[in-house]
Amino acid sequence: MKTALLILGWIILAPVFGGILAGIDRIITARMQSRVGPPVLQPFYDVFKLLSKQNIVVNAFQNFYMVCFLVFVIITGVLFFSGGDLLLTIFALTVAGVFFVLGAYSPNSPYSNIGAERELIQMMSYEPALIISAIGMYLVTNSWNVNEIIASSKPVIKYLPGVFFAFVFVLTIKLRKSPFDLSTSHHGHQELVKGVTTEFAGPALAIIEIAHWYENILLLGFIFLFFSFNWIAAIIAIIATYFLEILIDNTYARLTWHFTVRASWLVAALFGVSNIILLLLLNGK
Amino acid sequence: MSFLKKSPWIIHYDGSSCNGCDIEVLACLTPLYDIERFGIINTGNPKHADIFVITGSINEQNIEIVKNIYNQMPHPKVVAAIGICAATGGIFRRCYNVKGGVDAVIPVDIYIPGCPPRPEAIIDGVVSALKVLEEKKQALKKSKVSA
Repeated sequence: MKTALLILGWIILAPVFGGILAGIDRIITARMQSRVGPPVLQPFYDVFKLLSKQNIVVNAFQNFYMVCFLVFVIITGVLFFSGGDLLLTIFALTVAGVFFVLGAYSPNSPYSNIGAERELIQMMSYEPALIISAIGMYLVTNSWNVNEIIASSKPVIKYLPGVFFAFVFVLTIKLRKSPFDLSTSHHGHQELVKGVTTEFAGPALAIIEIAHWYENILLLGFIFLFFSFNWIAAIIAIIATYFLEILIDNTYARLTWHFTVRASWLVAALFGVSNIILLLLLNGK
Repeated sequence: MSFLKKSPWIIHYDGSSCNGCDIEVLACLTPLYDIERFGIINTGNPKHADIFVITGSINEQNIEIVKNIYNQMPHPKVVAAIGICAATGGIFRRCYNVKGGVDAVIPVDIYIPGCPPRPEAIIDGVVSALKVLEEKKQALKKSKVSA
């Protein structure tokens, strides 16, 4: 019963919270630039407007891929919030990402194709840190299952500070924030910066935006796992991490893909892998 | 409840403007005027845009570009001609290469005069473009129902 409620809550409430989060994000960003900024509900206005616009399609399949992207993001969340396998969740998220890339490849536009290639590079960059996070949680709690990780009520963050740092580092890529918003950016004033979403108009763009909201909430759920021993600590950590991401977004210029791959792998190796090696040595396994 | 009015995204194109109007358009995005308060975003991509903001006159070189941008925008859409050059060709109207105002190539809904118009005038013009956008949406709905 509780699982069913959680799944239902995820499907219905995640886009609501995701949209409000995006609205708050935009206001904080505006205040950081000494502007007033849009209303909190602005992301919803944008999405409802996009849904009412004309649907321009270059390739008959391009919107189908984006619907698949949304569906797989939702499935990933269902796996996660029903307390399923963490490793499976990460791979399901990858499948969603692959549909996103396929959608970007399908219209024969150079901007969208470059966006797709950059998105692939980004996936390559963040995947090691995500998998290391799952491995770390297994080593600490002896389980791959989300509900068992939470039930173990072990302070995961105490054992995995390095892994958490590596995770927060790649979270910037996943949330599509500067300096790693290579494939598609919210602040795109050119086609190349819009990348993946260049060829998507109206309803298809709305679907991408909704899927992005779902994804953001899911990623904040991952942060929760690190702090699941204490609800209040977890909520503070989630808010602090998101604020940090907004701050990074506003203080860094966009970097090249070379740097993205090097930096994220280096951080994953230096902090993530060494953290896990230390954990194995101290546990004497 | 219309969401179109609350989230008009613009695309800005410089025809053959002297950059005076362009600077004023960009001034609207600065912290002083901050048009994002009204949900207005400068997209830089015709497929995401609702309002086509164009500065400067149309010359023989950019006729096809302006038509292309206009055709790539999803319905409903409006065109706002900013500055006197975009309205009539301005002081360049008799140049050998100048075709005239924007309405020589694509239908224009809102003219914002001035050389250059002040940011307040541009914001006012974009806001009145929203009414036209709403009318166009209703017309589109009606034509869909009858068809």
